[in-house]
Amino acid sequence: MAAQRTRQPTRRWRQVVRTPLGAGASLLMALVLLLALVAPMLWTDQADAVDTGNILAGPSAEHWAGTDNLGRDILFRSLVAARLSVGLALTATAIAIVLGLLLGTAPMLLGRRLGRLVTASVDIAVAFPGLLLALFFAVIFGVGARGAVLAIGIAGAPSFARLVHTLVAGVAARDYVAAARAAGVGRVRVLLRHVLPNISEPLIVNATIGAGGALLSFAGLSFLGLGVQAPQYDWGRLLFDGIGALYVNPAAALAPGLTVLLAGLAFNLFGESVAKGLGVATLGHLPERRSAGPATSGPPTIRAEEPVVAGDDEAPVLDVRDLWVSFPGADGPVQPVRGVSFAVRRGEAVGVVGESGSGKSLTALAVSRLIEEPGRVEAARLQLLGADLRTGSERAQRQLLGTSLAMVFQDPMTSFNPTRRMGGQLAEVARQHQGMTRRDAFGRAVDRLAAVRIPEARRRAGQYPHEFSGGMRQRAMIGMGLMGSPALIIADEPTTALDVTVQQQVLDLLQAIREADDVALVLISHDVTVVGEVCDRVLVMYAGRIVEDLAAADLATGAAHPYTRALVAAVPDMETDLEQPLAVVPGRPVAPGEVPAGCAYAARCPLADDRCRAEDPQLASFETPDHRVACWHAGEPIPVDGPREPAPVDPVELVEVDAP
Amino acid sequence: MTTANSAVASTPATPTSGPQAGPGGRLSSALTHHWVRFAVRRLARLLVSVWVLVTASFLMIHLIPGDPVRGAMGPTAPAELVAARREALGLDDPLWVQYWDYLRGLATGDLGTSLISQLPVADVVAQRLPATVSLAALAFLAAVTVAVPLGVTMGVLTRRGRGRRTELAFTTSSVVLATVPDFLLGVGLVYVFGVQLGWLPVAGNVGPEAYLLPVLSLAVGPAAILARIIRVEMVTVLEADYVRTARAKRLPAPRVYLGHALPNALTAALTLGGLILGAMVASTVLVENVFAWPGLGSTIVSSILNKDYPVVQAIVLVYGVGVLLVNTTVDVVLALLDPRSMIRED
Repeated sequence: MAAQRTRQPTRRWRQVVRTPLGAGASLLMALVLLLALVAPMLWTDQADAVDTGNILAGPSAEHWAGTDNLGRDILFRSLVAARLSVGLALTATAIAIVLGLLLGTAPMLLGRRLGRLVTASVDIAVAFPGLLLALFFAVIFGVGARGAVLAIGIAGAPSFARLVHTLVAGVAARDYVAAARAAGVGRVRVLLRHVLPNISEPLIVNATIGAGGALLSFAGLSFLGLGVQAPQYDWGRLLFDGIGALYVNPAAALAPGLTVLLAGLAFNLFGESVAKGLGVATLGHLPERRSAGPATSGPPTIRAEEPVVAGDDEAPVLDVRDLWVSFPGADGPVQPVRGVSFAVRRGEAVGVVGESGSGKSLTALAVSRLIEEPGRVEAARLQLLGADLRTGSERAQRQLLGTSLAMVFQDPMTSFNPTRRMGGQLAEVARQHQGMTRRDAFGRAVDRLAAVRIPEARRRAGQYPHEFSGGMRQRAMIGMGLMGSPALIIADEPTTALDVTVQQQVLDLLQAIREADDVALVLISHDVTVVGEVCDRVLVMYAGRIVEDLAAADLATGAAHPYTRALVAAVPDMETDLEQPLAVVPGRPVAPGEVPAGCAYAARCPLADDRCRAEDPQLASFETPDHRVACWHAGEPIPVDGPREPAPVDPVELVEVDAP
Repeated sequence: MTTANSAVASTPATPTSGPQAGPGGRLSSALTHHWVRFAVRRLARLLVSVWVLVTASFLMIHLIPGDPVRGAMGPTAPAELVAARREALGLDDPLWVQYWDYLRGLATGDLGTSLISQLPVADVVAQRLPATVSLAALAFLAAVTVAVPLGVTMGVLTRRGRGRRTELAFTTSSVVLATVPDFLLGVGLVYVFGVQLGWLPVAGNVGPEAYLLPVLSLAVGPAAILARIIRVEMVTVLEADYVRTARAKRLPAPRVYLGHALPNALTAALTLGGLILGAMVASTVLVENVFAWPGLGSTIVSSILNKDYPVVQAIVLVYGVGVLLVNTTVDVVLALLDPRSMIRED
């Protein structure tokens, strides 16, 4: 870690300067430092020259920013003041850093009890604003430049101490520090050799920003008359003198005001841009946490038409034809769902299985209209209870989806709003969509919680999510779906985050609801056993497509697609020899961005041949109309040790045997 | 069609099965328990902080090098007069006696006597406090009123990497605005609205319109920082699972943003926001001096310059208590918004 940090700092700093903001800030910073260095050498005489014929004059060709009450040139004085202002600010910052380092590393050096005392004192001091601390110490150290430097330095120490403490604690927990300590290296040595070098970067960044703060604080103290005293002058002192003459010569206050502002901005922006470039958190600023997702939205792509599923006499609850989901990616749009078609009948339970990344969850989100920009959903048909979800007013859609479709998400721990009571979160649905009063809605919420077997539902409704166990939250989530009168429940991995014992309760509950009200269920899971147990029909997804659609009862013995069979074979049962390594589906799933030509599963398939790698098989009926498979070798026997080995070199010969 | 279900359906589902039934009662009392613990802990911290503050303000006068009375009265004052004044102030008593007297005085509302005007310090504070409190409270209110809607709107507009340009413009302008110190902004505002335009009074508390410029000077910086923090928090919170749940409930967008995302964004923003709002209390010192505001800020500066230490002592104490009150209020609001924050502190 230490080596990595020291090897490339110049390159990383150079990158900071390359951004427009970083470049501008660096330039401004260099200018301020240059001014502080050379201004007194060049212009001290002009700044001190008394012109009694020109007292408190406004801007003129001779004096660009006018003169003060002794006829001295304001502009030159503002420029010359740079050295004292910047110098004092840097001195105060140095004091703050040294004290901050001492206080911040004290807990590590002094041992637990004394260290805690120091930390607690720092915590109390940090709560008070720096300016208040500075005033306090300015009284003790006396009015004047020396007192103000000490006051601002000491006032800045607590926040630095807190920063150092946090950084040290972070580094001290790392392995190499623990190793060094275990090897008997002394505390001071560990601190100097291993800890400090690793926190230098954020310290420097924060010191730069701190120097900007000190500069402005100093200007503040001098402006109050508590800092630099005449005949010395810094920007704050010039401002103090200038504000009295604001009506006579505004430039006398504005010129030093502007210079101090620019200098403060230079330090601050430079520090912030370096922090941003290096990825360092700064005092008082949160690092940006942003989810990935480039903004460019790609055009919809041309896609192959898929055979339409044979219709049923009864109108399906959910009817999906040729559903595509795409997201913009670095190299054009990525399509995690590629033409999915299926229908769910009233009261039917349909399972969707597949490895992670197969597009099963996105299919669920797309169907329920929960994909947000920049994601795009397109479908030839998307109907819920016969109503088209692609068109129609947003209001009507909200009403329909809010009452007829219930969603159950994977992680019940994060799916409830932590700041609101459970009852209110459920009642909200009825208030929104059924126009119930607050009282009625709450009553309904209590009733629904009781319906999903939450004991003492009324009292529980007044509690916050964190007071519920995981299983109870998932049942409450199902209860939330029952606030309306759902015709369809979409449950996305509803039991994955739960204990095995609780899993069964949740599955039983879903089952009971289905039977009681003839509610259809789409159960998304990576767990073939769960799906086989609960569902009537199973859709197997691979690389954004449905590769097999079969009755759940046929899962164990009747699966035709080699992928389905590999999934089923990977499930351990009572006869699994635990001495042997557990079976897995060999190879890695295809990433949505890199779907190959031909069958997406070909690279992992023991039956794959040249045709598989060239032509993409479409979902078509296999043996019975209700069984659909997308495979050129559907139902063909798989070589005995096939699923455990990578694809054979030449699988063509093995395909000769006919399916039974 | 439902052959696979028969086995599962026959499993008896007992209504109060599972381990959840038992802890139910304990969980609720746990919340009350958390509130009690939170109140005790917060009160203890407040008391310790107040004690530190009181002790620091007491020690201030003793930490000053040399004789503070001599300093205040000047080198020409007769020695007997200085000695008499020292005696009257009790400065010759042992330190712990003085400390005890100081604490007793505070308890009875006695803040000592001004070295310069000979007036009771409590009267000076009482006379000056309202102007400062009203100024700070208005600025506080203004900052929050602007920052919350602005931060939320910006968060919604720039979520999931949208509105890159809006984000850049907002972030840049808020960084710049936050860098402008309140007293410099004050000077600028005085110049533009007082000197150039002559629209608004620039000195003293001479009516409601006199509040406008000082409040603006105080509020702009903190509002910019707060809005920025709230935006970042909104962007994060809008990705949360419970926001997806709210959307799955098909609530209208404003309800999702304001009812579900905002309270969560605020809990995170308030932690930092408390410090910023606390700092506004101290910022009034500078701004009051720009606008010749008849509050504590102008008094403390003139008292420091005049070495009127009892007055300085008392005003530092008042500011400190003000900051602690803001911090405590923020903590309580935080606990009300998000009950977990009480537990997290444990």
